[in-house]
Amino acid sequence: MTKHVTIVYCITAIALLAVGLFQGWSIALNIFNLCIISAITALGVNIQWGYAGLFNVGVMGFTALGALTVVLVSMPKVQQAWLVAGNGLALSFLSLIAIVFFIILVRSLLPLTSRFRLPATIALLVIGYLLIGHFFLPTTKKIESINPILSGYLGGMGLPVLLSWPIAGMVAGLAAWLIGKVSLGLRADYLAIATLGISDIIIAIVKYEEWLSRGVRNVTGIPRPVPYEVNLVDLSWFISLTHFLGIIDINNAASLFVKLCYSILFVTVLAIILWFSEMALKSPWGRMMRAIRDNRDAAEAMGKDVNARYLQVFILGCAICGVAGAMLATFEGQLTPASYIPLRFTFLIWVMVILGGSGNNWGAILGGVIIWFLWVEVEPMGNWFMSIITINLSKNSAIATHLIAGASYTRYLLMGIILLLVMRFAPKGIIPAR
Amino acid sequence: MEIANAFALLTNFVILPAITYGAQLSLGALGVTIVFGILRFANFSHGELMSFGAMVTILTTHLLQTKGVSISPMPTALLALPAGILATIVIALLEDQIIFRFYRKNRSTPITFTIVSVGLMFFMAGLIRIIIGPNEHNFADGARFLISFRDFKAITGLDQGIAIRQTQLITLLVTLIVVISLFWFIYKTRWGKAMRAYSDNEDLALLSGINPERVVLIAWIIAGTLACIAGTLYSLDKIYKPFIFMQIMLPVFAATIIGGIGQPLGAVFGGFVVAFSEVTVTYSFKKFLAYLGPTNWEPEGLVQLLSTDYKYAVSFLVLILVLLVRPTGLIPGKTI
Repeated sequence: MTKHVTIVYCITAIALLAVGLFQGWSIALNIFNLCIISAITALGVNIQWGYAGLFNVGVMGFTALGALTVVLVSMPKVQQAWLVAGNGLALSFLSLIAIVFFIILVRSLLPLTSRFRLPATIALLVIGYLLIGHFFLPTTKKIESINPILSGYLGGMGLPVLLSWPIAGMVAGLAAWLIGKVSLGLRADYLAIATLGISDIIIAIVKYEEWLSRGVRNVTGIPRPVPYEVNLVDLSWFISLTHFLGIIDINNAASLFVKLCYSILFVTVLAIILWFSEMALKSPWGRMMRAIRDNRDAAEAMGKDVNARYLQVFILGCAICGVAGAMLATFEGQLTPASYIPLRFTFLIWVMVILGGSGNNWGAILGGVIIWFLWVEVEPMGNWFMSIITINLSKNSAIATHLIAGASYTRYLLMGIILLLVMRFAPKGIIPAR
Repeated sequence: MEIANAFALLTNFVILPAITYGAQLSLGALGVTIVFGILRFANFSHGELMSFGAMVTILTTHLLQTKGVSISPMPTALLALPAGILATIVIALLEDQIIFRFYRKNRSTPITFTIVSVGLMFFMAGLIRIIIGPNEHNFADGARFLISFRDFKAITGLDQGIAIRQTQLITLLVTLIVVISLFWFIYKTRWGKAMRAYSDNEDLALLSGINPERVVLIAWIIAGTLACIAGTLYSLDKIYKPFIFMQIMLPVFAATIIGGIGQPLGAVFGGFVVAFSEVTVTYSFKKFLAYLGPTNWEPEGLVQLLSTDYKYAVSFLVLILVLLVRPTGLIPGKTI
C-alpha cells in the first residue's frame, strides 16, 4: 500500500523534473506551485466529499471569495474614496442593521399564529431594500467615479498579504455557514444545484460590484509575501549567492528564487492543512464522519447530530478552498473575476478528488498535482497532436487552422475521459481510502 | 393613450422576451426532468447536449446555405433542425449505451450518475469546442421581423412600438407543438404510460412486464430531441456560443426544481416562472411608470430591482424562495 503510494508520487515528481529539463525550470516551478494550490483545494473538497459525502459544486465561489479577501486585506486603502463615500457606506450599513433588528423584533413580538407575521416581514424587507438603495447606490456611483482608470474602488486595508490567507479561510467559512444553514437540509442532487447557484451568485457579485472589487477591470499589483526580482538582483547577499553557485544569468536566478519562496510557503500551508486533516480523520471525530457518510440513518440512531456535523464539515472544507483561492490570487498578483468559470474552478477540482481517491488526503493531493500538471501540459501536447493530424493538409487549409485553433480544448476532452475512465474502472481512485 | 403606450412598452421589453425565453427554458427543463424521472439523476451534461444539437443544426444550416437551399422568409435552420435532432438522439443513445448503462446495471447511487455526467460534460464541452470553435455563431437568416417597431407605431399611432421578431414566433410555435405532442405521448400512448409507471415505481413496472431498457431508450430519445430543439431555438433567437450552455444550466435546473423534479407540466411552468422573474426583476420600470403617472413626471432612479448583471443569479434566488416555501416544487411528486 505505502509502496504503491511512493511509486505514484515518484512518477509525478519525475514528470515535473522532465518539464524542468525540457521546458525550463521557471515553467516547472510555476506548474509545481499551482499544483500545490490545486492540491489544497482538492483537500478541501475531499474533506466534504470523502469524509462526509457532501456533493459541493460551489468550489468556485469559495475560491473567489478567498481571492477577494486578499484584495480587501492587502491592497492599499483608497483614501479619497473613503472620504467621499464613508458616510454613505456607514448609513447603508446602519440601515441594514436597523432593518435586520426590526425584522427580528417584529417576528419575535408577533405570535407564530399571527396573520400579520409574513406581510409585516415582507413590508419591512421592502422598506429596507428602498432605504439601503437610497443611501447605497449614489455612494457606489461616487466610489466608482474616483479615478476609474487606476482605482475606482475602496481599496483594501493595507495589511500584510500573508495575514489575508487565514482571513480568507474565515470569510469563506462564514459564507459556508450561511449557505450551509439554508441548503444542507436538501437532498444530494438539490445540494449540488444549490451550491452551483450560490457560486454563480458569488462570482456575479465579485464581477459586477465594482466599488468593492473593481469587477472586470481587475485588481493588479497585489503585494507579495516574497521579495521582488528587481530588488533581489541588487542585494549583495543574493549576488554573492549566485557567484557561489556559479550562475551567470542573475535575472533568471532571481525569478527562480522568487518562485522557490512561493513553493516553500505553499508547501508549508499544505503540510499544516494535511496534518490537521489526517489527525481529524484518525480521531473519533473522523470515525464519526465516516459512519455518517456510510450510513446516515444508523449514525443518527446512535445519537449523532448529523446535520450539525454536515454543517461543520461543509464550513471546514469551504474555508480550505477559500485559503487556496487567496493563495492563488497572491501568487498571480491579481484578481481577475472574469477568469472564474465553473469548469476550471469547480469541476476540475472534482476530477482531482475522484482521480486521487475520495476519502484519502494523500490521494486528493496526488490528484490535484496530476490533474493540474495535465491541464497545463496537455495544451502543448494537443498542439503537437493536431499538427501531426494536419501534417498532410496544406498549411493554409481551413480545416487545419480550425483544428489547430481547437487544440487547447483537448484539455476538456482529456479531463472528461479521465473522469469517465476512473469512475468506470477505478471508482476508488489511485490511492483508495483505507 | 398613456396606458396603451405603457403596455406596449411592457409587452415589447418584458412580456415578449420573457415568453420566448420561458419557452426555451421549458424545453431544456423538460429534458432534464424526463431523464430525472426515468434514470433518477441530475444530468449535468444536458446543457452540452443542447449545445451539441444546436451545433449540428448550425453546421447543417451552413451546408444548406452554401448549396443555395433556402426556405425564405423562414430561417434555413428549421430545415436543418431534423438533422440536428437525429444527431443529438444518436449521441444521447451512445452516451447511454457506452457510459450510463454500466451504472444502471450496477444499480449505482444517483450521485455516481451525477459525477459521471460531469465527466461527460467535460468531454462534450471539449468535443464541441474542437469541432465548431469557442466563438459566436449567428445563423439566423430569412426575414427578421414579423412586425417591426416602426410599422407597429405607424399602424397604431402609439409612441411605443412592439417589435415581433420571427424567431420569437417560431420559438413559441415549435414549443407549443413539441409540448403538446410530448404530453400526448406521455399520457395517451402505451409507451408513455409505461414510462410513467416505470418512473412511479420501478419494481412494480418490471413486474408488469415493462422492458426497462426500452423505457430508458425512449427517455433518451425524448431528452435528445428536446435538448436539440431547445438549444437551436435559444441560439436562433439570441446567439450560439458554446460557453452560454454552461451558464444556462442554472436557470434550466432552477426551472426543473421549481416545477417539481420529474414533473413535465411543472418543468414547463417552472421555465416560465424563471424567465418572467429574470426579465421583470432586471427590467428598469422607469419609463413604464412615467407613462402611468401624471404628465411630466418621472420616477427617480431606474426603478430596477436588480442590475441586469445579476440575470443568471435571479433564477437561483427564485429557486431558494420556492425551496423554502415548498421544498418539493410547485407541483410535488417524482413521477413523469
